[in-house]
Amino acid sequence: MTVELEDQDRALLDGEAGDGAALAMRLVVRMAEVARAPRLRDITRAHIDSCLYHGQVGLDFAERLLGGGATVAVPATLNVSSLDLLHPELVRLDDETRDRAKRLMDAYVAMGCRPTWTCAPYQLSDRPAFGEHVAWAESNAIVFANSVLGARTNRYGDFIDICAAVTGRVPDHGLHSDAGRRATVLLRLEDVPDALFDDELLYPVLGHVLGRRAGSDVAVIDGLPHDTSEDRLKAIGAAAASSGSVALFHAMGVTPEAPNLEAVAGDRVREGVITRADLRAARDELSRVPVGAEIGAVSVGTPHASEEQLHRLSALVLESRPRVPFYVNTGRAQLAGVGVLADDLAAAGVTIVTDTCTYITPVLHGIDGPVMTDSGKWAWYAPSLLGFEVALGSLEDCVRSAATGVLIRDERHWEER
Amino acid sequence: MNEGWLVEGEARGRALVLEEPLSFWGGLDPTTGEIVEVSHPQRGEVVTGRVLVLPSGRGSSSSATVLAESIRLGTAPAAIGLSEPDEIIAMGALVAAELYGIVVPVIVFVQDGYASIQEGDNVILTP
Repeated sequence: MTVELEDQDRALLDGEAGDGAALAMRLVVRMAEVARAPRLRDITRAHIDSCLYHGQVGLDFAERLLGGGATVAVPATLNVSSLDLLHPELVRLDDETRDRAKRLMDAYVAMGCRPTWTCAPYQLSDRPAFGEHVAWAESNAIVFANSVLGARTNRYGDFIDICAAVTGRVPDHGLHSDAGRRATVLLRLEDVPDALFDDELLYPVLGHVLGRRAGSDVAVIDGLPHDTSEDRLKAIGAAAASSGSVALFHAMGVTPEAPNLEAVAGDRVREGVITRADLRAARDELSRVPVGAEIGAVSVGTPHASEEQLHRLSALVLESRPRVPFYVNTGRAQLAGVGVLADDLAAAGVTIVTDTCTYITPVLHGIDGPVMTDSGKWAWYAPSLLGFEVALGSLEDCVRSAATGVLIRDERHWEER
Repeated sequence: MNEGWLVEGEARGRALVLEEPLSFWGGLDPTTGEIVEVSHPQRGEVVTGRVLVLPSGRGSSSSATVLAESIRLGTAPAAIGLSEPDEIIAMGALVAAELYGIVVPVIVFVQDGYASIQEGDNVILTP
């Protein structure tokens, strides 16, 4: 199948804007063929994940583009990297890897990307509007952009993200179209007591179930409170994009495209229910450490903590200070946004990590025992990537556990009565 | 039996048929070719030189880099067979082909073709 190209696309392919742009356009067109997209479409901005160092290939690719004169054609933000440029001593990489990671970051900045270094670009002041077509990478950012902002992005990954930014073009299909955004899975929350919706732990756990049930399909959840906050939706999406390939979910009466079922449901909808028992099982799948066991450290802020979450954390740790190592990941913009509160967190013994994340680069060290987190995504990836046992709890649970050194979790509303 | 090439090429190898989707990022160690995803039923299997058959990718958008890096390092599968198109996997293979000239074919099998491949089968792919 051939992709219908416009003159500007052919000009890029022919190298009129340099070899870098030609390579980028060649890959965009190949992706359109893979996706069976009939044509390309414009995007207004991009979020780039390729700046995270995973090996020589990433650097080879970036330097090939840069060497070929590539620059971004639309505003582009950068995802987390492997380094914390504000607190460089935190990241324990060998010098060679550190140098390559820095070279990779520099290459993307040299192509014109903004050095935002965050996995939560939706927490920056300038974010996509409803209906805006963008090319975002980073699985949690993708699901947030689509679901919560109502912007339109496919599940862009490494390499294609910068190709889209350099060309300003993406394959026109999937979640860029109305049809692609309709739900094919309906999941109803049943037997979930109202009090459980006040427990922050519900949201990453629900996301984990969503990922398992939906896979790569678009699901609509029925039963979430209408005032479910952005931080809670962020937790659902991040977990769902880890255990599954969820790029968009709707929550009836909550997310902008889902005022009611008719507005989002496709012609055929596979129905299922999520009960408290399902949620408990999912919680226990992610969190295999028994309540009362000793914990070695706590890591929160995956995705990067919002200013609201930093404020909550600060209030909690000032009341009960951690006695095990306690880390929070956040964006440099959020850190700047909370001002002197950062000093309060540090004074209470919280290590603030920016520009990167504790599960993708070596920050935690000398930890004896399981690590507790409030993130379904961290809980999903850390056992494989870092080799830690993981305990999952709400932010409140995490702070209480850190203060005592043993896993404490408020489980009242999770048990059958 | 093929529905479509995502990345065209020749390959042969013994089939390694995954029971569940795999996220290459966090799930595959590119330095060894070993599946390391803790909850994956085939954790510990080595994909190197095999025709890796899996229903789909999963999760992180960094998987393209991990696949491309494993191709660079020579730990990658000989080819990848999918039940549905996966742009992230295709991109990893395409970039490795562009940068290093090493082609790991990626193919989408029609449903019967996908189901007919058994673990350990000798698979030969030709365009």
